[in-house]
Amino acid sequence: MPITVEIPKEKWAGKVREVVLGATAADGGTRAKTVVVGGEATLPFLHFDGAIPHPPALAIEVRDRRPDDWSPLVYEAWGEAMNDPAEWAKAAEKAGADLIVLTLSLTTADRKPNTPENAKAVVRKVLNATGLPLAVFGPGQAEKDNELIVPVAEEAKGEKLLLGVCEDKNYRTIVATAMANGHNVSSKTPMDVNLAKQLVILIHDMGMPLDRIIMDPTTGALAYGIEYGYSVMERLRLAALQGDSMTQQPMIVTPGEETWKAKESKVGEGVPETWGDWKRRAINWETLTAASLIHAGADAVVLRHPETLARVKAMVNGLMSAN
Amino acid sequence: MALTGLQIYKLLPQTNCKECGHPTCLAFAMKLAAKQAELALCPYVTESAKAQLDAASAPPIRLVAVSCNGSKVEAGNETVLFRHEKTFYHKPGLFIRVEDTLGAEGIKTKVSEADSYLVDYVGIKLGVDGFAVEAVSGDGAKFAEAVGAVRAASKKPLILIAPTPEVMAEGVKAASGTQPLLCAADESNWQKMAEIAKSAKAPLAVKAESLDKLAGLTEEIKKAGVEDIVLDPLAYGYGDSLKTLTQIRRLALKKNFRALGYPIIAFPSNGAGVDETVLAAQHIAKYAGFIVLNTFDPATLYPLLVLRQNIYTDPQKPIQVQPGLYEINSPTADSPLMVTTNFSITYFAVNNEVEGSGWPAWLLVADAEGMSVLTAWAAGKFDADRIAKAVKSTGAEGKINHKRLILPGQVAVLSGELEESLAGWEIMVGPKEAVDIPNYLKVMWGEKAGSR
Repeated sequence: MPITVEIPKEKWAGKVREVVLGATAADGGTRAKTVVVGGEATLPFLHFDGAIPHPPALAIEVRDRRPDDWSPLVYEAWGEAMNDPAEWAKAAEKAGADLIVLTLSLTTADRKPNTPENAKAVVRKVLNATGLPLAVFGPGQAEKDNELIVPVAEEAKGEKLLLGVCEDKNYRTIVATAMANGHNVSSKTPMDVNLAKQLVILIHDMGMPLDRIIMDPTTGALAYGIEYGYSVMERLRLAALQGDSMTQQPMIVTPGEETWKAKESKVGEGVPETWGDWKRRAINWETLTAASLIHAGADAVVLRHPETLARVKAMVNGLMSAN
Repeated sequence: MALTGLQIYKLLPQTNCKECGHPTCLAFAMKLAAKQAELALCPYVTESAKAQLDAASAPPIRLVAVSCNGSKVEAGNETVLFRHEKTFYHKPGLFIRVEDTLGAEGIKTKVSEADSYLVDYVGIKLGVDGFAVEAVSGDGAKFAEAVGAVRAASKKPLILIAPTPEVMAEGVKAASGTQPLLCAADESNWQKMAEIAKSAKAPLAVKAESLDKLAGLTEEIKKAGVEDIVLDPLAYGYGDSLKTLTQIRRLALKKNFRALGYPIIAFPSNGAGVDETVLAAQHIAKYAGFIVLNTFDPATLYPLLVLRQNIYTDPQKPIQVQPGLYEINSPTADSPLMVTTNFSITYFAVNNEVEGSGWPAWLLVADAEGMSVLTAWAAGKFDADRIAKAVKSTGAEGKINHKRLILPGQVAVLSGELEESLAGWEIMVGPKEAVDIPNYLKVMWGEKAGSR
């Protein structure tokens, strides 16, 4: 005889903030559409506990120039488009990306230091090539980041970019220019719940509204510390739902960057035979890392390979239409 | 209501006989209270005490074992919904599906290949846990033959999937001497399936399309004398699988709901339009106890095995290696000295690269409390002082005839400070990623060696 089972439901006190990426002409930008991340009032895809207004955004990472040391599999996937950030962004949009993450390099293609003029020109070119919202991240060295991101923020005023990378040792300049030019910022901290929360507080203290901050709690690739990133994200999300205001930012993570530097993805030779076919393994590596982090609460994942994008997108569609 | 350790202790014999494997009755009582032990381990508990304790002492998710020739896959006994709350205990068994229509040769090929598969991850050998033989033919004799063929090729535990009790009975006969999981009883056949399971002393999976029906069936089957039950909630899509498996786990842990307090079997390839590998990854993190994969492919199995290993790592115990000076490829006094942290994933990544490069080298593993390079640096556990101390305390200086130390590229900022802490040393900044070490050694160390 069937037994009537009463499903225990969670009554959460809080929810994740919504952050709007990109601005259409109506809002002073030139984007064809905007992407909203966050807004969940429940743990990932548990629709029976609360609303999930937006699917996680799937971003493709594009470089301002052809990168030097990426995996041959990624070069093979994008081909000639990688020589031109505008073409690359177009190809990413065509492959189904919701968002373009443009990472600026330390040097230009002819090995000279990158310049504000070049950065501005590249950002303009990419904005012209795609209607998707755009994130622009510096090369990851404080001085250079500030030198490049400030002019970019001014050039793209009103486009509601996501600017990065803000870290505890270098966030003031980027936050100030984002505030002045109507952009969002990414707050990146090394795999720790309290550090993540603290940097959000510091950025907010400068006057940046909370609905313009996304946090990047940092992740590791599968086999390279994914469990740390995974659990930090689960803990941050639980804290957010329990009502801890400064953890209620949407989360972005970069499984593409992390996995494609892992040996399992990057190279096909000189590895054990038990690792299996290189291409399938490499794409599984990125796909499973991204899929796991989405289950831990990621609101945006930055990917590199178009096949990963397609597989993760199919999963997200399934998870969103669950009711 | 759950009883406290002391309440349980009062009901135990209090003789401290140790036969349960615990040093004292009180220690055993504490384990029972924490739902990490079963009362059946105590041979002397009285019937009346047993009745009182039974409701309170069983773990909220029953531990179910599938075994064969001494190898065993256990699932259940989990105590938390999120790994950071404590840890996940029993890694879900990964089983490869073998259809009985494959023919004797086909079975032999598929099973032998999967059976012998072993892949090394940070010094741990990982492989498949067993095989799920399915009676696709619907024919008892064929099914029995297939079970025999699988057993001839592998000694790993089995899951037997059969549509009717009659076919199942044939498979069970062919699997005699082992403890397979029988899959699965449903509304229409559970009486007969339970009889077979009971007489074979085998665990029984139960399937139903709603939790109400599933709970009703497990109660009936338990009354019929089968206690080792596994749940198949027939949730095959990404969304309904996550929802249903989460609900079952919540009911068991938060409501102590016995009728669904069992491990779950998942079939990530049964749904239309679902990517088996992606759904299996969800099943690993979100609550499956047994996972049946259609395909054996190292390129998917390796990442799934590693994911399982990562998710089931105890978050309270960082996996560490012993700090010290390690020799790779028989180094001499001329060989490079490199430093890294004692987080085991970091250590193995570096060690594997150096070993694979063929360069003899000294690898200095500093005590960074089991953290990776960047995390340890951020936490102040991998700074110039600690590195200098490691150089001195391990006697690394005495092993080499140069004073050069290769620092991980992630902590290049430490090089200035280190040159102060280690007077007279040249600090070389190595690559950021382990995968770039061979090239670095060739170019940077090769140049040094050439210039001398």
